[in-house]
Amino acid sequence: MFHTFLIKYGEIGIKGNNRHVFEDALAKQVRLRLAHVNGEFEIRKERGRIYVECGGGWDEEETVSALTRVFGIVGICPVHTYPLTEIGELRARMVEYVKEEHPDSTASFKVKARRVNKEYPHESMEIDAELGEAILMACPKMHVDVHHPDILFDLEIRDRVYVYSKVIPGPGGMPVGSNGSAMRCLSGGIDSPVAGWMIAKRGVKIDAVYFHAPPYTSERAKQKVIDLAKAVARYTGPIRLHVVNFTDIQLAIYDTCPHEELTIIMRRFMMRIAEHFARKDGDLGIVTGESIGQVASQTMQSLITTNAAVSMPVYRPLIGFDKSEIVDIAKQIDTYETSILPYEDCCTIFVAKHPVTKPVTEIIERSEAKLKGQIEELVETAIRTTETFTVRPE
Amino acid sequence: MREIYFDNSSTTKPSQAVVDIVIKTMTKDYGNPSSLHRKGVDAERYVSAARKAVASTLRADLREIVFTSGGTESNNMAIIGAAYALRRRGKRILATSMEHPAVAEVLTFLKNEGFTVEEVPVDGRGRIDLDDLRERLDEDVIVLSTMYVNNEIGAVLPVKEIAGILRERSPHALYHVDAIQAYGKYRIHPGQLGIDLMSASGHKLHGPKGTGFLYIRRGTRIVPLIYGGGQQGGLRSGTENVPGIAGLGVAAAEAYRDFDAKTDRLYGLKERLEKGLREIPDVVIHSPEGREGAPHILHASFLGVGSEVLLHSLEDRGIYISAGSACSTHKRNASPTMKAIGAPKEEVSSGVRFSFSETNTEEEVDLVLQALRELLPQLRRYRAK
Repeated sequence: MFHTFLIKYGEIGIKGNNRHVFEDALAKQVRLRLAHVNGEFEIRKERGRIYVECGGGWDEEETVSALTRVFGIVGICPVHTYPLTEIGELRARMVEYVKEEHPDSTASFKVKARRVNKEYPHESMEIDAELGEAILMACPKMHVDVHHPDILFDLEIRDRVYVYSKVIPGPGGMPVGSNGSAMRCLSGGIDSPVAGWMIAKRGVKIDAVYFHAPPYTSERAKQKVIDLAKAVARYTGPIRLHVVNFTDIQLAIYDTCPHEELTIIMRRFMMRIAEHFARKDGDLGIVTGESIGQVASQTMQSLITTNAAVSMPVYRPLIGFDKSEIVDIAKQIDTYETSILPYEDCCTIFVAKHPVTKPVTEIIERSEAKLKGQIEELVETAIRTTETFTVRPE
Repeated sequence: MREIYFDNSSTTKPSQAVVDIVIKTMTKDYGNPSSLHRKGVDAERYVSAARKAVASTLRADLREIVFTSGGTESNNMAIIGAAYALRRRGKRILATSMEHPAVAEVLTFLKNEGFTVEEVPVDGRGRIDLDDLRERLDEDVIVLSTMYVNNEIGAVLPVKEIAGILRERSPHALYHVDAIQAYGKYRIHPGQLGIDLMSASGHKLHGPKGTGFLYIRRGTRIVPLIYGGGQQGGLRSGTENVPGIAGLGVAAAEAYRDFDAKTDRLYGLKERLEKGLREIPDVVIHSPEGREGAPHILHASFLGVGSEVLLHSLEDRGIYISAGSACSTHKRNASPTMKAIGAPKEEVSSGVRFSFSETNTEEEVDLVLQALRELLPQLRRYRAK
């Protein structure tokens, strides 16, 4: 039974002088994630590799599942380790390993040893040949293919012998926290959790803001957003969530501005408030779940008008995605089922039958100008009464 | 904030006596009624006492009561059990068009099983036409299921007349009454009314959730749904939920104590609220007036205000009501009764239900009316354009 994982990472390896920064960030994320898993884990960085040693009643499935949620990991390899012994003994161990990990296999294979410990008396090539022969003799249905093997047996000869042949795919990306932080607008729909997940995948730590509109949205709708944040936090770690009471702003817009512009003006105020909290939290951008043309407020023209309300960059990781593609990711990261719970039908009074699809920023600004004198205080109150708390993964 | 709970048709607060007996049966007398030792005998006593309490409210025989996990299970057991017991006698099953999903969905299941399921229409007040019913019934009918009190608007069905017509037209058929909103609010003696099967729930009358019973008239054979150790005469296997059953027994007895005074009190609350609502513009009341309807349910539509918006606005002031039927708010546009009585879309989307318990007061009614008078102008200003 193995008790070590070798963590493979992709892009981090090529980040030149910053490499150790990214490696440290990854090791930290692995450590944080495994803190919630039963067992004792030791994370070692060693010559460009990260090893996770498992002990203390750990569970393989739970550990792998936690590791597959750490951005930056490209592959997770269960590693068997054996004492460093003379070649005859090593042959026996190798056969034992193959029979355990690939029973009754008829696959092609290749053995690739790396002799890190130069005191071992056989060279890498020699070890390959010895062990390949041993496997062939013990498993006559397997055959060697050095160019395109089905199974690659990786060996590292160190103070012990490390053997692995399986790679469980990781999520890829970069370790969270290695690329700054951003403020994500969460709506409770399908898109926004996916957008947050995608930005976090690039190493960005995320905070979140949700606009609550009681009595038009219910406590359940708010709980749903918290649940979605929790689901995403399984990948990103704890998320700071700001819940803004937006009702009075919405009503003021309803009272004052043309109804078909309601949604776009509302979104501009949401962006302004998001920007406020983003600056406060030290974030470098705002993340939304928009994709071009999905709804009236997501046309190119609408996006220009929304952008014009803030000076911070707005990141839209789903911009070129079809709904079905977004749904696929939502299912994969386990937010879909929560997203489709129907708790937000009450906001319909704020949706015009025929909203503007090609807003012109200047015209929208003119409509907004009518709010002057009352909106400042409403925005200030919304910010002051915002409820902020940290959502942790369960 | 003061709490005003006007959602007693969704569930009620368990009474102190109910809570006490539940605690006692969980901490002291926790035995299994089937055990041979004294612990078992002690537990069995609670079940027998509850059975006796329930039976006496119905003037029924002890053997006519089967405890279940609640109204939904009772409905399932009655209708599916009767349909299968009688499947060689006929294939038609009838029910009104305004049944609760706990009946309607059972019928959908039976339809898929090959039975012929038909709806008996209701009028705009939730009434059925008895002549129309008579015409629909024939010898091929094996089950008729109706509510006693409708859960959304409080319409009351004439179960005795219905039972008489059924007996005359469909001699093989069994009559099931969903009395979940009626038990505890009406004196119901099923034997005398001609009811064969009747479902009731504990948590609608200050009992614990997860409790209920099915009345099965002596001599009526139904096929059980749950098999196992043969408890409750083999009709409903499984170790009895002693704390729940004990609580239900206490709640049933309490419901019929000072019964007439409580009924008057409930009608007083309902009439007071109804009168107040009639003074508010653009309110449509769907419940039958006064004593024609159930004492504890008042359904009204506040035109121009989404029912959930009104619900949350009142919630903000500590007032709890219901938008449609609480069991079905997870589905969009779910309000089977409103649909059945042909209410226009605008009335469906703005419909809410107030439902009382005898612990509510006139002062609470006045506070709710006051809150409505304050909230409605503001809420009505903001509507879909």
